[in-house]
Amino acid sequence: MREIDRRVQVRRRVFLRGAATAVPAVALAAAGMGISAEAAWAQDAETLKPHTMATLVRLARDIYPHDQIADVYYIKAVQPYDGKAGKDAGLRDLLEKGVAQLDADAQNRYKRAYLDVPAESERLVVIQVMTETPFFNKVRSDLIVSLYNQPDLWRRFGYEGSSFEYGGYINRGFNDIDWLPKV
Amino acid sequence: MANFDLNDDGVVVIVGSGAGGGTLGNELAQKGIKIVILEAGDRNEIQDFVNDEWESFAQLAWKDMRATSGSWRVHRDFPNLPAWVVKSVGGTTIHWAGASLRFQEHEFKSRSTFGPIPGANLIDWPITLDELAPYYDKAEDKIGVTGTHGIPRLPGNNNFKVLQAGALKLGYKEIHTGNMAINSEPRAGRGGCQQIGFCFQGCKSGAKWSTLYAEIPAGEATGNLEVRPNAMVVKIEHDDQGKVTGVVYADTENGGALRRQKARIVAVAGNSLESPRLLLNSASAKFPDGLANSSGQVGRNYMRHTTGTVYGIFDQPVHMYRGTTMAGIVRDEARNDPSRGFVAGYELETLSLGLPFLAAFLDPGAWGRQFTSALDDYTRMAGMWIVGEDMPQETNRVTLDPEVKDANGLPVTSVHYDDHANDLAMREHAYSRGTAIYEAVGATRVIRTPPYPSTHNLGTNRMSEKPRDGVVNKWGQTHDIKNLFVSDGSQFTTGAACNPTLTIVALATQQADYIAQQMSQKAI
Repeated sequence: MREIDRRVQVRRRVFLRGAATAVPAVALAAAGMGISAEAAWAQDAETLKPHTMATLVRLARDIYPHDQIADVYYIKAVQPYDGKAGKDAGLRDLLEKGVAQLDADAQNRYKRAYLDVPAESERLVVIQVMTETPFFNKVRSDLIVSLYNQPDLWRRFGYEGSSFEYGGYINRGFNDIDWLPKV
Repeated sequence: MANFDLNDDGVVVIVGSGAGGGTLGNELAQKGIKIVILEAGDRNEIQDFVNDEWESFAQLAWKDMRATSGSWRVHRDFPNLPAWVVKSVGGTTIHWAGASLRFQEHEFKSRSTFGPIPGANLIDWPITLDELAPYYDKAEDKIGVTGTHGIPRLPGNNNFKVLQAGALKLGYKEIHTGNMAINSEPRAGRGGCQQIGFCFQGCKSGAKWSTLYAEIPAGEATGNLEVRPNAMVVKIEHDDQGKVTGVVYADTENGGALRRQKARIVAVAGNSLESPRLLLNSASAKFPDGLANSSGQVGRNYMRHTTGTVYGIFDQPVHMYRGTTMAGIVRDEARNDPSRGFVAGYELETLSLGLPFLAAFLDPGAWGRQFTSALDDYTRMAGMWIVGEDMPQETNRVTLDPEVKDANGLPVTSVHYDDHANDLAMREHAYSRGTAIYEAVGATRVIRTPPYPSTHNLGTNRMSEKPRDGVVNKWGQTHDIKNLFVSDGSQFTTGAACNPTLTIVALATQQADYIAQQMSQKAI
């Protein structure tokens, strides 16, 4: 069967501002472009607090964890919130207060901010009390598109995206399955 | 190309350009009858289609606000998107998978076959399989259905091969790559299938039949057919005698300016959600409950098929997204066999989604590693869709929302749907059989996905022998107004265990013969 190379290809621009501008995602990942309020991409936020940005990225990763996906994809999924919050005070409030609530619950349980709770299992305990809130539902439902609709990321899942420009799959493995039992 | 005057009262106006409207328009144009098709959406051609699920959805889908209620899970998951249909010239024939199956004989006789079912508003169709058979023949030839008229079937893709192997192991017999309106070899001026895999996003090769590039250009070439895109019909008008005289539409390319197109006949083909809405929004002093609604059945008996998806995950690759979306079928469960615990039957058909849509539809609302681990196994996943006959219920209905208005100031569609006990029993049976099929060939995990927004929308202007039971007669002519017709799936009396498009095309072809004959006799 034709399998595809899932390695990230260093050929496209990444739309992150500040220090990250035009640096390929693979380089960012290698350079430890991590989830931190001190990171340039978080510091670069104009409306939301850097701590809020970093917490949203950590939350995004906890909601839809894929260990084969670098942080940069979660950052890209969350980053548009800053621009939108600049134009929408209601959204800004929802996100800032939602993060504050996450932090308050984490402080109660673990004596530290959500972002700094080291164990995923412990952060999930905090999320569980938030799942019915408009904040959680907004972030979760937005991520379904903002995370999974990044064409750069599809190959990591083995999805090949647009096919017509390659002539479809008629000569590229549409019927190449070779492991089924003979009946 | 024709260009008819707004005051030309000799034209037949068709509302909608999909399987029903596009077919009717071409058939009548071929007979020399002047046709104006008013299409609410834009005109996107093959070169405009994109192999990208969300971008294509933004380009083609009917996204106007709608409301929902009822026990169906679509109401919870997609409260403002009850249906996944197309707003563009060609209608949902751009999006459809191409499955083209005939009803079984008993599926035209639901009430007689099933007997009384509590809560179901069952009647028999006023036509039989024998009567419709010549039109099924014409329709299959016209749209080029594989496995009919000497047209070879399509080759099976990986997703089909998994379904086939599992189904054979369970002893199923009727398993094949379907009766598909997708060219397995060049035919009718269109090429053969390239196994592109984005059937739902508009076929980039044109191998799949669509009114957009089959019926409509053929009709336009006669000089008798004009298609006006961006023309959203808001009202059908009538005279003192109760005959329809034309329609008012919003020219949405020009700020929604209202235009009045006069007509000799109006045929409504706007899909089962919009067609009843238009009849209801056309209420007048003479017809206070809406046009053609003396029975009170306009908007009622909404059906959407009993659906659901089973995804199997295997220890080895499948790549289900490669090739046709509906790549094959198991028909053994389509029979009516009440010993299974429900009446009517269902088909199992392969289905695949790309990663973006799988994320959105696999288990709406779900999150965490149970969810993401399934997506991680994307390449090792196979998928099948359940298409079962659901029970018509009077209370499952399309109404006008009392509060929300659209851009033209008209009440939006509100869709209420409760699953019937028979629907639930059938879905459970189908989920179990689908699971068994995949487990028979080594699935390590099986996921039951709830129904997507409805692609098969049926029954809201149903066909009936007696005027008191439905909205239209066996030719789709409304019982109340003889120059007003319904030409889409809203005519369906019951839904049958198969995809509806072939039957819509057959009915529209039959209707064209009837309309032409009635016009020549000056009866309408």
